[in-house]
Amino acid sequence: MKPIKFSYFLLLLIALTTCAQDKNPINKMNSHEVVVSDLNNPWGFVFLPDGAMLITEKEGKIIHYKDNIKTEIDGLPEIYVRGQGGLLDINIHPKYNENRWIYFSYASTKGDGEGGNTAIMRAKIKKNTLVEKELLYKAEPNTTKGQHFGSRIVFDKDGYLYFSIGERGERDINPQDLTRDCGKIYRLNADGTIPDDNPFVGFKNAKKAIWSYGHRNPQGMKLNPETNEIWSHEHGPKGGDEINIIKKSKNYGWPIITYGENYSGTTITDQTKKAGMEQPLHYWDPSIAPSGMAFISSTNYGDWKGSLLVGSLKFSYLDRCQIKNGKIIKEERLLDGIGRVRSIEQAPDGFIYVGVENLGIVKLIRKQ
Amino acid sequence: MKNLNYFSFLFLLIFACNSSNKKITQNFDIESQDFLKGKEIYTDFCMQCHMDNGEGIPKIFPPLAKSDYLKNNRIKSIKAIKYGLAEEITVNGEIYKTVMASQGLTDQEIADVMNYITNSWGNENTSLITEEEVSKIER
Repeated sequence: MKPIKFSYFLLLLIALTTCAQDKNPINKMNSHEVVVSDLNNPWGFVFLPDGAMLITEKEGKIIHYKDNIKTEIDGLPEIYVRGQGGLLDINIHPKYNENRWIYFSYASTKGDGEGGNTAIMRAKIKKNTLVEKELLYKAEPNTTKGQHFGSRIVFDKDGYLYFSIGERGERDINPQDLTRDCGKIYRLNADGTIPDDNPFVGFKNAKKAIWSYGHRNPQGMKLNPETNEIWSHEHGPKGGDEINIIKKSKNYGWPIITYGENYSGTTITDQTKKAGMEQPLHYWDPSIAPSGMAFISSTNYGDWKGSLLVGSLKFSYLDRCQIKNGKIIKEERLLDGIGRVRSIEQAPDGFIYVGVENLGIVKLIRKQ
Repeated sequence: MKNLNYFSFLFLLIFACNSSNKKITQNFDIESQDFLKGKEIYTDFCMQCHMDNGEGIPKIFPPLAKSDYLKNNRIKSIKAIKYGLAEEITVNGEIYKTVMASQGLTDQEIADVMNYITNSWGNENTSLITEEEVSKIER
């Protein structure tokens, strides 16, 4: 082999191995139908009892969608659109029918210092405008860094409010320090007050809203309808994306333990396990860049009932994770090549809807 | 003449050792302050898609390293960083359709990161971009 040909071959080999796709098989017996078109980055969406949808666009818009009509909601707080930050997730109170509270997360410049950090607000909508706005939480300090805002908002069966905030690009400062925000999952009462039984309430100087810590950037979180546990996934470094079951006071290890490495391929830590730190339920190597999460609890999709769905931003598909005895035993690609999957919800009608960047919100259809 | 050759060989040797110590393979201009700021912006905002050495991801995120698009489309490149890019582009013969959102950078940060990416990974741009140039670029 001539040297020049050999070096091409070597280059090709390197390219193939470093940019490898994951090995999850493609399931072609499914398709989609576009329900809401022309969206840029539908970071989150939620169904209202009347069948309408509230959709967040990262650039800073809340869109009310019903019967093919999009209405932009006015009166939003100032939103810091930079890097991965902007208007993020949206959810409704479990008793929305009675109280009409809407919850959303966004990057905010409120407080001291240049830059922004993740905030959680609740409000109501009257005449297409946000009213009765209450800022429930604002992480500190502000920073101009562009990464890792977290954002997902979940309620558990008892009505507690959980949300994720990523480590904001300060992995060595934030995730392991309970006196600092960021790199945490938080728990509040639905009105924003801190529950008395939060794990770090008695700790001096600790951020009392913290529920678990040692996180990098969780952009998917849901209540598992079978177990009532909070499940979350997070973006790891290269090769270290994880699924975790979120438990009170637990440390999920970032950046002390991880299965990933720096984007450059250099080592972060040689440890993947350590006493006092939780092991992930599952990790992805190569990273799929997970965003959005939903469990299929309806019978609309036959034996997919009980599966966990996770969006892949990087490889543009919907990952169906089959669960048996609390473990992921199989993964397969649905909607392969659809685009960057950002958000996933099971609607009251039992169908799965998927928010895809630069496409819109689509309904998942399983072919017989 | 022989001496000169010997001298330049020695010079090369010293230079090579020196640069390998720094663990940076780009030309040494990159060490100047402006490029370091640009590098920081790159690491924060760009690297996740365009990767550590500007190589991108085939068919999804275009390369910046030795990119003909970046080299030949100075204004369009600045515009893409400033306002986002939602049209199909061809880079080194490959078509890319992935949309890039605006990152909310200041004009100075855009100038810094442009100067970094146009002077890294084999790219070379001697006519540096200023904050003023970025500020004048409209949609």
